[in-house]
Amino acid sequence: MLMGHQSWIFNSKPTILGSAAVGGPFEGNGALADDFDIIHEDLWIGQDSFEKAEKILLEHACERAIKKSDIKKEDINFFISGDLMNQITSSSFTARTLGIPFLGIFGACSSSMEGLALAAQLIESKSAKYVMASASSHNATAEKQYRYPTEYGGQKPPTAQWTVTGAGAAVLGVEGFGPKITSATMGRVIDMGISDPYNMGAAMAPAAVDTIEAHFRDLNIDASYYDLIATGDLGKVGHELAISLLKDHGIEMPSKIFTDCGLLIYKKDQPVFSGGSGCGCSATVTYGHLLNRMRRGELKRILIVATGALLSPISYQQKESIPCIAHAVSIEM
Amino acid sequence: MEKFIFAFVIGGLICVVGQLIMDILKVTPAHTTCTLVVIGAILGGLGLYDPLVKLAGAGAFVPISSFGNALVSGALIDAEKTGFIGIFTGIFKNVSAGVSAAIAFGFIGAIIFKPKG
Repeated sequence: MLMGHQSWIFNSKPTILGSAAVGGPFEGNGALADDFDIIHEDLWIGQDSFEKAEKILLEHACERAIKKSDIKKEDINFFISGDLMNQITSSSFTARTLGIPFLGIFGACSSSMEGLALAAQLIESKSAKYVMASASSHNATAEKQYRYPTEYGGQKPPTAQWTVTGAGAAVLGVEGFGPKITSATMGRVIDMGISDPYNMGAAMAPAAVDTIEAHFRDLNIDASYYDLIATGDLGKVGHELAISLLKDHGIEMPSKIFTDCGLLIYKKDQPVFSGGSGCGCSATVTYGHLLNRMRRGELKRILIVATGALLSPISYQQKESIPCIAHAVSIEM
Repeated sequence: MEKFIFAFVIGGLICVVGQLIMDILKVTPAHTTCTLVVIGAILGGLGLYDPLVKLAGAGAFVPISSFGNALVSGALIDAEKTGFIGIFTGIFKNVSAGVSAAIAFGFIGAIIFKPKG
């Protein structure tokens, strides 16, 4: 049901029946290693290309999420997925393997929550009984596509971020035991004119703030409603910018509950520049770590604000600025 | 001893220029390399690069700007001998060993390691 200008309230409370997170070697050495269902020691995952490896990550996350949700693959009506590859091949190739009716989406790194919100909406509108939402990214495929060939070794400034090698998936159903999707706010595209792809956190922070502001306004709540509010992949630079922007907008945001998936996923001594990024960042942290904490009863209400930078290698080469977006999904236990 | 110090300082300064081009102008590493080659070529054409090599040795000879100088000096030598056409016959003369070695060793490396990242 529409609430306010751009938010949905899910009265039927679609339930996350099962979720899974799969990561690569860097994530296996990270701060949330225990929350991954599968950790691959090898960036290639035994494949002859990084793109094939990313597809395997996503397939494993989906298989594991289905297994944990205790339903059969054939029962799932729709599969919604997004990633960072050209023509979202990781998602569509995984859909080929799964054989579930497929809706491919692209919201860059916001795809994780865009997919989850759409999945909840399909359940809410009784258009589906079971829906699986997923997202993936791979450090080397993203490097190749958006930056330089992986063997090139180009320099990066400290504002750059480290693309997470990982995939997360969640199976939603009409009823059952588990965390429930209660509302979602779809973001606007915001462009503050930043054109440096090595400073995506700063580019995306205004979009995150815009969506958080809209969420509070539409639902007539404030930050105190949540135990935790996590943005997707702003990193250190973007997180600090978001805090000061929220203050400028007069939004009270206690620092104790406000965090970023890109800050949570790695240890402080890992060389990840400003922090983690990529579809896999918010997807693995949410579907692994944060949902696990909810299931353990440590968190009751969380808001995930997945942020996405909607640039392409061509738009960057043509010196365009970076339009950004953020989608927020509220999950309650 | 003096030469070592000049090599260290001049070589370091050329690298600082490259780093500044990359960080301030926000251009790609390839653009930075090309810019240094062009700067070396211009200095070579004005006759300023060879004195720098004399002063700093490898400090001026090893950085990529030296490549630009080598291109221009080769072209100038042949141009003096045979005129306009000498620019074309001479430009790669000095750098032939480096360019050929890059192609040959790149080829060998590609055969052994299969670059596919």
